[in-house]
Order: sequence, then structure tokens, then C-alpha cells
Amino acid sequence: MDKVTAPAPEPGEAWQRVQLARHPKRPHALDYIQRLFTPFEELHGDRCFGDDPAIVAGMGFFEGMPVAVVGQQKGRDTKQKLYRNFGMPKPEGYRKALRVMKLAAKFGRPVVTLLDTPGAYPGVDAEERGQAEAIARNLREMAALPVPIVTVCIGEGGSGGALGIGVGNRVYMLENAIYSVISPESCAAIIWRDAGKAELAAAALRLTAQDLLRLGLIDGIIAEPPGGAHNDPDGAAELLRVTLRQALSELAGLESEELIEQRYLKFRQMGNFFAETAGGSA
Amino acid sequence: MAWFTRSKPTRQPAAEEERRVRTEGLWTKCDHCRQIIWRKALEDNLQVCPKCDFHFKIDAVTRLRLLLDDGRWEEYDSDLVSTDPLEFVDQRPYKERLAAMQQATSLKDAVIAASGRLQSRPVQICVLELKFIGGSMGAVLGEKITRAIERSLARREPLIIVSASGGARMQEGAVSLMQMAKVSAALMRLDQARVPFISVLTDPTTGGVTASFAMLGDLNIAEPGALIGFAGPRVIEQTIRQKLPEGFQRAEFLLQHGFLDAVVRRHDMKPFIARALDFFCGPVH
Repeated sequence: MDKVTAPAPEPGEAWQRVQLARHPKRPHALDYIQRLFTPFEELHGDRCFGDDPAIVAGMGFFEGMPVAVVGQQKGRDTKQKLYRNFGMPKPEGYRKALRVMKLAAKFGRPVVTLLDTPGAYPGVDAEERGQAEAIARNLREMAALPVPIVTVCIGEGGSGGALGIGVGNRVYMLENAIYSVISPESCAAIIWRDAGKAELAAAALRLTAQDLLRLGLIDGIIAEPPGGAHNDPDGAAELLRVTLRQALSELAGLESEELIEQRYLKFRQMGNFFAETAGGSA
Repeated sequence: MAWFTRSKPTRQPAAEEERRVRTEGLWTKCDHCRQIIWRKALEDNLQVCPKCDFHFKIDAVTRLRLLLDDGRWEEYDSDLVSTDPLEFVDQRPYKERLAAMQQATSLKDAVIAASGRLQSRPVQICVLELKFIGGSMGAVLGEKITRAIERSLARREPLIIVSASGGARMQEGAVSLMQMAKVSAALMRLDQARVPFISVLTDPTTGGVTASFAMLGDLNIAEPGALIGFAGPRVIEQTIRQKLPEGFQRAEFLLQHGFLDAVVRRHDMKPFIARALDFFCGPVH
């Protein structure tokens, strides 16, 4: 049996990225939307239950091109944080997102989604209204959307809650963003029964943009201004603009069927980390 | 006070030892009604408590025997193993954990993918094995289910997935997470091709499995009492800082809130699925 020891290039690095991704001054979805999609009109409500402030969606114009934008939104001060439910969407948020994406599809407009959430809200009301069903449906319906989808993880890619609006033709991460199946704290609580071991868990989970690129799960990393996006939100938005412009123009040339096929094949090949063994246990 | 004096000499311990009938393993206690039940009666009743109808968990092989004709099936991709993409190490390397699980369950990962006949109709079926790292979804489980969907599509045979899982597999990180999108995208194709998919949710089905294929059936049906949710009850209790009400996230609760087509007893599961497939595809010739 081959013994594997984790290489762990720089032990503290992953944890540092986690801190940057959650930095209190880090630009949130609306900060980018205000800078890149002008004018922008927000659209509310899922037509079923209500409006979820943890997800913003609307009609925007990116360099004159009509684009639907959907993003998870965190708050800045305490009041805003509570209003945005700390960026943790409920089922009505995912349903609103899907409604706006389908609206975009109907009128042939591309979709840009911005991921930034600790995770989907784990509460009683969210369960009652079918959190799992809402996310599952988005995953399936986004796979069939006949218009380009560009996804950027701008901060915290918190598991299924982030992925629920993250099935894109192109998926990028900002340099200091993270994307993980579980938060380092929860992972540490499960494995070491000690949330304080989050630093170790962060390294073990391989949640940095560099890790995801290496694992073949994202298409590219978008650089941030020196020290991180919070030092220069305008600069960060301009760097994001360059990538969005390129991705949208590349995808604009594809037919609906090609877009669906390309997106399908992209996710189909994700996680080719298995081997055929012939009998006996590994 | 002769009433209290023993008329017979006390029994010799040795004699009692000889007379005792060994009953160990013959009886078991129901987790729900706490009554003592005869293990044989439980087995004859498909691991459902004869007194209170509590559905005990059953393993993947038992489930397949229950659902498929003559208890026969052909298995696929049984040799697919995880290559540990993250080289995950906590107190113990994930590779070792996997090897130990493979030894204990004689499975290579947490799902059996098979084809067989259900009341004479050929079907593709995947059954998750809870005993294997909590039935968690990593690259292997995602791939095996995706391949099953592709077989289902190519042969136009209905797909049945029986879930029992804690969700995505932490030890494979974002690779596990993306399996949710991969499987759901494959189900989109099956959906558009109008090949039926019946999702059977059993105790427990939570996390990334519920938030992907388990909720995407043409029919989503569950066994009575099965715990079904996105977040686990402990996580929710930590969020709201109070105890959850009795029956929260149980199959009956989901039925009431409109997220299940039906709650089906284990005894009725096979006939129910057969009728559904008759409805979708017409009777078998």
C-alpha cells in the first residue's frame, strides 16, 4: 500500500485565503454589479412565496450588452447582515434566481452569476419550503439553459448553497476566493470535534482557487489588486471586467445546443479521480 | 413466620446454568417502540417492526433483493475506486479509511449500480450503501450514478435510485460538490428524453444527495419515518438554538409540505414502483 502524505505547500496559506475571502471590507456582489452592470434594475420575488434579500437578481447592461445578473449578497454592517441573512439564501432565493435566469433565456440574454455565501440557510423555514429541492432543481435547470452562463466565485463558495447558482459555461474564481464542500469550521468540528482546528481543515479541504484549478474544477483565476480586493474595489472590478468581457464574447458565438452541450461536457468530466481495480480490496 | 422461610432449598447455580436456554441474538429491541421483538419475525417482516411498523435500515444488497425479480441483478462498475484527489489526511489518511471500509463492507464505494427486472420490466437501479462512509457522494458515487443514467438513456430503461446518505463526501472536497452538478446535468438529459426516473428516499437522506438527484425524480417517494432534509437536524439546532419538534424532517413532514409524491411502506414499494412504471411506459408485454 502506498502511503500518502499531504504535500501542503504552505500550511497557513489556505487559512489566510479563508480570512481574505471573508474579509469584512471585501467587495460583495452589489459592489461589482454597481461598477460593471450599468444601469442595473433589480428584480424581486420568486412568484411563489416571497423575496429573498440574500440573493440579488436583475437586468443589467454590461458595456451596453443586456445581461441578467444573479448574485449572493452579504451585508456590510450588522443591520445589513441581518437583512441579507449573512448571505445565506433560502429556497425562495434559489427560485427567484431560476426565474430570472429563465427570463433571460426567453429573451436570449446571457447570465452572469456571482457566488458569495457561507452556504444555503440551514433553518426550519428553509427546510419546510424545500431547500434541497430548490437547489437540486437549479442544478438541473441551469444545465439546460439555452443561453451563456458565466459564473464567478467572488468570495465564499459555500457548498451546495453556492453551487445552486453556479452551473456555468465558464466558472472562475477570484484569486482570494474559496470554494468548498463544507466550511473549515464544520469540517474541523466533525473530524477533530473542535472547530478551533479550522486552520488544519482549511488546508486539508483544498479550497483555494489554485487548488480548484489544479483539480480541474474551474476555468481560471481572476487576479486581485495587491493585498486583496478589499484594498481596491474599483481595481478588482476592472480585473473582473476583463475576464467577463472575454468570456461573454467567446460564448456569444455559440448556438443554444452548443452552449448546453459545452456546459454538460464540462461538468460531466469533473472529478475523474477513480480507477478500475481488478478484485481484492485496494 | 413460616411464610418467609424458604420451603425448598435454594437452587444450585450450576443447575440453573444448565437449564438456561441461550437466547442471545434471537431477540432485538425496536428502536422506536422499545418493545422486544423476535428477530426472525422482524426478518420475515422485511425488517419492519411487527408491532409499531418502524422501518429498520437495510443494506444495499437486501434492498436489491427486495426490489428485483428473483433477487437477481447484474452489477456495473463494481471495481471503481477513489484515487483520493485531495490526498486528504485528518487523524488518519483517507486512503486508509477507504481501505478499511472496503474490507468491512466488501464494496469499493458507497453505491451498487445494477440492472435487473422489476416485475418483468428491465430497469437500471442504483442503491446507496449507508454503511460505507455514511453513503457519502464522492467522485466514484457520482460517476457510477452518471453512468447508470447514461445506460438508462441509451437503453431507454427506467431508472430507480434508492438513496441513503449523509451527503457529499467531505474527504473529496469540491470534487464531491461538483458531483451534484454532474449527476443533475445527466438527469436533465434523461428528463428531456422522457425516460422515467423514480427516486426512493430512505432513512436518512440529507445534504448534497437530497439537494441533487434524490429530489429530481419524476416521482420522489420515501419510506415511512425516513429523515430527509438539506441540513442535518443537529446543524439546524445549532443555528436556531432550540430543540426541533418531533417529526421534523421526517417523510410524513415532507409529504405534508409538498415535497414527496407518496410515503410508501416497504412491503408496498415494489408494487408501487411497478404500477408507476406501467403508468409511465405502459404495461410490459
